[in-house]
Amino acid sequence: MKPKPRLLTVLDLLAAVSVLAAAGLVFFYAPVEQMMGAVQKVFYFHVATAWVGMLGFGVAAVSGILYLQREEERYDVAGSAAVEISLVFFLIAIIMGSIWARPIWNTWWTWDPRLTTAAIVELIFAAYLLLRSGVDDPERRARFSAIYAIFGFISVPLTFISIRLLRTIHPVVIGSAEAASQGGFNMDDPMKTAFFFSLAAFSILFADLLWHRVRLGELQRKVIALRFKSYEEED
Amino acid sequence: MLVFSLLVILIFNFALELDLQARTSLSAGILWATFIFAGTIGLNRSLAVEKDRGCLDGLLLAPVDRSVIYFGKAVGNLLFMLIVEAIVLPLFSFLYAFNVFQPGFLLVVLLGSIGYAAVGTLLSTMVVQARTRDILLPILLFPLTLPVVIAAVKGSQGFFQSLPYEEFSVWINILVAYDLIFIAVAMMVFDFVLED
Amino acid sequence: MILVKKLVKRFGPLTVLRELDFSVAEGEFVALLGPNGAGKTTLLRILATLSRPTSGLVRIASYQLTQAGPELRAQLGVVSHQPLLYGDLTARENLIFYGKLYGISQERIQEVLELVGLGSRQDDLVRTYSRGMQQRLAIGRAILHNPKILLLDEPHTGLDQEAGEILDRVLQEVALEGRTVVMTSHDLVRAASLATRIDLLSRGKITASTPAQGLSSGDLVDFYRTALAGGRGKA
Repeated sequence: MKPKPRLLTVLDLLAAVSVLAAAGLVFFYAPVEQMMGAVQKVFYFHVATAWVGMLGFGVAAVSGILYLQREEERYDVAGSAAVEISLVFFLIAIIMGSIWARPIWNTWWTWDPRLTTAAIVELIFAAYLLLRSGVDDPERRARFSAIYAIFGFISVPLTFISIRLLRTIHPVVIGSAEAASQGGFNMDDPMKTAFFFSLAAFSILFADLLWHRVRLGELQRKVIALRFKSYEEED
Repeated sequence: MLVFSLLVILIFNFALELDLQARTSLSAGILWATFIFAGTIGLNRSLAVEKDRGCLDGLLLAPVDRSVIYFGKAVGNLLFMLIVEAIVLPLFSFLYAFNVFQPGFLLVVLLGSIGYAAVGTLLSTMVVQARTRDILLPILLFPLTLPVVIAAVKGSQGFFQSLPYEEFSVWINILVAYDLIFIAVAMMVFDFVLED
Repeated sequence: MILVKKLVKRFGPLTVLRELDFSVAEGEFVALLGPNGAGKTTLLRILATLSRPTSGLVRIASYQLTQAGPELRAQLGVVSHQPLLYGDLTARENLIFYGKLYGISQERIQEVLELVGLGSRQDDLVRTYSRGMQQRLAIGRAILHNPKILLLDEPHTGLDQEAGEILDRVLQEVALEGRTVVMTSHDLVRAASLATRIDLLSRGKITASTPAQGLSSGDLVDFYRTALAGGRGKA
């Protein structure tokens, strides 16, 4: 069992510090938005977690491609770790979106493109995990997961475009002239700082969690391998 | 299959109690919901037949490229959907007073069915080798085929409501894009689904 | 005809075949015996191209397994545990279906049906066949395209005495046509009566081998017992 690398400890600290700093920036540095009030601050974390969640999906899809090409188990571990973490990140994003929506649009949920696509992505993640639980052979499970991750990832842009063409009330957030009328807003500089910092902070957090989860996966694999060896030696 | 599809249409009809106005906007949705459910059942059964006495191995032993198996199965599944559609559409036409024999509309039906069968065949081949079979296929398939469903419904609606073609031609483009992309990816990936 | 060197097959943490060496010359009839879980079916599936080796060399009829495709499969006939037949079709329809995959003429189909003794029942649904008849039809399907190599996985399983004898007769006729045959079995005596050589597969390796002709059943049992005991000893 490899001892925890120094770099990981550093990353842990970095993640913790940057998320706290982001929170600090969001609550104290960025101004309170005129029309929506304090609840708008949810936006920073909401978008950050959603983007990082999509990044995670991308990681899973790329890991899938790599696994199919090279058949090294670590790509499978990385892929499933990415999906698990992104599942949580997206859930946070959706909940925050709900919190934001309630005072602004007076409803917990709307069937607008971004939110709906987020829900669909969550379903794809859940389906991915269900698929994994239904296949016993590790190599087959890895192959099927890889294929599903790739398919899922490709389908999301098409799904999003389709829904977008179908309907929209989600604010077009950045800089659009009609943004305010749709419930959006323009970002001035302190806001931009807070936003990009949040994005960076959550990306670091994601990487940190991913690394931990991958180590856990490797450990699980070793345990299973050792268990099999001990069965065989019993004979 | 035929009976099932007809029942679904009838159930929708009574459950929704549509007036003429609502009908034209919802009927496309009802139609495609029917096709999707029938298609899913067809997919499950098609692969179950192979799993039954190990016939999938029989196909794998044949001196043909593995991709031929994919195409064979996919075309079979597509034909199944098309046959169901061929039976349901005239009935639909009769019940909802809509002329189904417009080439554009039939193109939408064809493109949508192709997309669904292409992805469905690949996923059902995976699912049939997993444990939690029947329920797993819809769970895996539906989120991925949403673009097909949305585009097919909107495209169909365009024809039902006799809208000018330019207004809804984008949906046909989406269907074509989806079909091309996913058939290509499925072919690249299919070998991996069948390996042991 | 068949050459296997250092074949390893792993399913995740479980190693089934451990650097197995095995070879069969043209025209030989090798019976592969061994306890349950030894890896007989796994080996056969790999030879049949249904399963991929984890590592090692496999050469069949001068084709390298990893690069082989349809041409190799055209040389193989396989009878597995399951009948590989469509229950809702008649016997003849089954053979016609497989015939189309291999490019077989109608006369050959008729010939095969007579050869396995099912000529009179060819228009009955396979669902209605007894296990013995299904096995015979399965062998028919396997020799339809006149393969040079025949792979049989415990074909006598589930057959009563009479059906077993009918099967033996068919196998002997088939083998006499100069094919190379590998058959896994649990039935020591029967295997000896059919085969030219008996190999023992235990815990992922071939641990013993003996020519089959001229052995009494006592010899056979001794051979089996000693070979097994030897294989189980700690290395």
